[in-house]
Amino acid sequence: MGRRAKNKQGPPQPFVGLRDATAKHSGNATVQKTGKASAAKRKLGALDDTESITKGRAKKFKHEQPQKKNQSGSGITHENENEDSSDSESEHNALDKEFKATPLHSSKKDLFEAESSEGSSSHSEDLTDQFGHKVQTLDLSDSEDQASHDDDIQNETLSESSGSEDDIVTARNMEKRSGALDRQARREQEEDFEETMQSMQKDQEGSEMMDVDVDIEGFRLPTAAEREEESRNGGTDLATIQRRIRGCTRVLNRFSKLAEPGRSRSEYVSQIIADIAYNYGYNEFLTERLFQLFNVNEAIEFFEANETPRPVTIRANTLRTRRRDLAQALVNRGVNLEPIGKWSKEGLQVFESSVPIGATPEYLAGHYMLQAASSFLPVIALDPKPNERILDMASAPGGKTTYISAMMQNTGVVFANDATKARTKSLSANVHRLGCKNVIVCNYDGREFPKVLGGFDRVLLDAPCSGTGVISKDPSVKINKSERDFTLLSHLQKQLILCAIDSVDPKKASVVVYSTCSVMPEENEAVVAYALRKRSHVKIVPSGLEFGKEGLSNFRGKHFGDSLKLARRFYPHVHNMDGFFVAKLLVERRQKMETATEGSHPTELAGFIDDEHGELLDASRGALTFDAEEDARYMEAERRKRLKAKGYRVRPQKSVDTVV
Amino acid sequence: MRPLTEDESKLVFTKLANYIGKNLVHLIDRPDEVYCFRLHKDRVYYVPERAMRLAASVARPNLISLGTCFGKFSKSGKFKLHITALDYLAQYAKYKVWIKPNGEMPFLYGNHVVKAHLGRITEDTPEHQGVVVFSMNDTPLGFGVTARSTLDTRKLDPTAIIVFHQADVGEYLRDEETLF
Repeated sequence: MGRRAKNKQGPPQPFVGLRDATAKHSGNATVQKTGKASAAKRKLGALDDTESITKGRAKKFKHEQPQKKNQSGSGITHENENEDSSDSESEHNALDKEFKATPLHSSKKDLFEAESSEGSSSHSEDLTDQFGHKVQTLDLSDSEDQASHDDDIQNETLSESSGSEDDIVTARNMEKRSGALDRQARREQEEDFEETMQSMQKDQEGSEMMDVDVDIEGFRLPTAAEREEESRNGGTDLATIQRRIRGCTRVLNRFSKLAEPGRSRSEYVSQIIADIAYNYGYNEFLTERLFQLFNVNEAIEFFEANETPRPVTIRANTLRTRRRDLAQALVNRGVNLEPIGKWSKEGLQVFESSVPIGATPEYLAGHYMLQAASSFLPVIALDPKPNERILDMASAPGGKTTYISAMMQNTGVVFANDATKARTKSLSANVHRLGCKNVIVCNYDGREFPKVLGGFDRVLLDAPCSGTGVISKDPSVKINKSERDFTLLSHLQKQLILCAIDSVDPKKASVVVYSTCSVMPEENEAVVAYALRKRSHVKIVPSGLEFGKEGLSNFRGKHFGDSLKLARRFYPHVHNMDGFFVAKLLVERRQKMETATEGSHPTELAGFIDDEHGELLDASRGALTFDAEEDARYMEAERRKRLKAKGYRVRPQKSVDTVV
Repeated sequence: MRPLTEDESKLVFTKLANYIGKNLVHLIDRPDEVYCFRLHKDRVYYVPERAMRLAASVARPNLISLGTCFGKFSKSGKFKLHITALDYLAQYAKYKVWIKPNGEMPFLYGNHVVKAHLGRITEDTPEHQGVVVFSMNDTPLGFGVTARSTLDTRKLDPTAIIVFHQADVGEYLRDEETLF
């Protein structure tokens, strides 16, 4: 265990980690200072105190984090900022009131006033955009000032608190001392908070300033003629293009202020799309589709995230081992790993490995499966229970199938289907390697399925898709997808999802999970909305995944319905896993036919006779008469067809009587 | 998919008995569920009866595997155990061999077990007896046939072969194409 702990690195959240580190660091600093100032006897107590203080501070930091994120996320406005600083100032004053060290108080106040005024001034300069350098240097000097100031304050408090009582801790002054330390810690914490706020703000401004410095002064949107000229010359260098992307991003973010007069937004958009396509090597069609999904900044992040590989993750096979034992065994082989997150009990994330992770004796003995983090999600949403009958419609290479089997503890039956015969080999190999004894592997087109076998308790449909979520894994998607591919795929997906819904047991409520590794709405929300429209007894339910973004309820003029918000989307740049979509559908028990007889059909018929062809029908009535008996047969057949399509259960024997 | 004929079951059971001996009855009389052997495309599968009945609705060309594959009948009519049967063999094995960590990889690459890699061995293992090979932390790695009895191994030199390799879990990677 010790070795593992030693190998362990900080969690991959640099921002929080950094802040923790700074908190700890300043905590250490306090320890040192108090140590210097006080006598050796007091040292131990002080150490304890500061320890508790740092802990408390860390806690408070966590508490304050969301607030900060909110602010940074919503794009801080100037009034907000000033308000905030004044808020914290008043809070601070209130805090300090009980502590009547007047010189400190006044100095503190000075500091804050300086800060707030500086904040406002920097903002006012930010508006004018041209004094970027000035603001930056000003900020820097100020922060240094502040640091020295802080030190002064600390020294003051320390000398004050220690000087008055001659460095000896007694029962009488103990409380006072600890109180002083507490207050000091609180003060520091608030200062830290201010600092981080400022630095964040500075970062933001800084990045904008950078843009200003490098790009904006030289940035001018090329005209159509210039673009044509450029394309004729075979494009420009990458640096220019990257600069242009940055410039366009900036302009598009604050279009009304920064756009050149007379240029429309669409010109900027088409320019940035062309540049992204060139820079990252996509075809323009796909770039445009992906670009439409996000706002400008997020789109850039998304394209950037597709260039870096996702972390390697493995799933411990609970049929053979436990995650802890597996982690221990792999650590002994020189693999550096860590649990994948709170949401999974089986997942492990591999940071680095001295041995090939796909050929260790543990792997061969079936103790784990190499599996992307995103492919845990549909199975978690499916939530299989022991002794059920489950269908995995497109299952190769078997990561999800074996996970289902493990969740069922090798009871019940899992049908693992895949349409490609060659891929069923690896599927079957994985099923056997992981010791899943309840799996039946078959090779059908998924669309044949309710005919082959129905009555499943749960169906997982991880549909074949364009793979726009896994571009980092398979970059060929960047260039080989066209409009036609998307049409064909979504058509196939719509057929498959209906087959999946029809394959469940009609006598009870069952679950269908639809997932893809694509981020396109037409492969995800549109398909689910189609299924909801076609099968009235299906509804979408919360997937049981506590993270991920909500599904889109509408997209570029298409309305999918509000219920689609219950679906979950995952993005590489947000969740650091493949782009993924999961929707959990509840297929309700089909209603009896009696409840469903509607009287809409006769009125429709009446309407048909009354319309403009009515005359014609009347005129030829002599020759053409209605045979009510024969009509009834066709009408009945038609009605049954309609009800079936709506998902009602229709009795078969009745049809035999009437039709034949 | 069909049940085994008399001759076929005899072949399969004698082969299995070589490794698990009398424990063979535990495969047939199970307390939890009724299991059966089924032949499909020359391969013998061991599968719960309930699952087998469901698999019956899958057409023959489309059925790839069901339950656990035990092995296959070769063209000449002999039965060959596959590594996929290891789970059951390891569970009921009468004679076991444990190999040292430095012997794991050579064995997983398909080599015989030499004496230098031998960690432990079941006492009084006879010669030419089917044994299951384990790693020192009791992970089953494969199976084979002993070259010498336990007594004879004492006086052998370190490079002498103790267990002839028959199957190992490395085949999941090496022979994926032919195995399934």
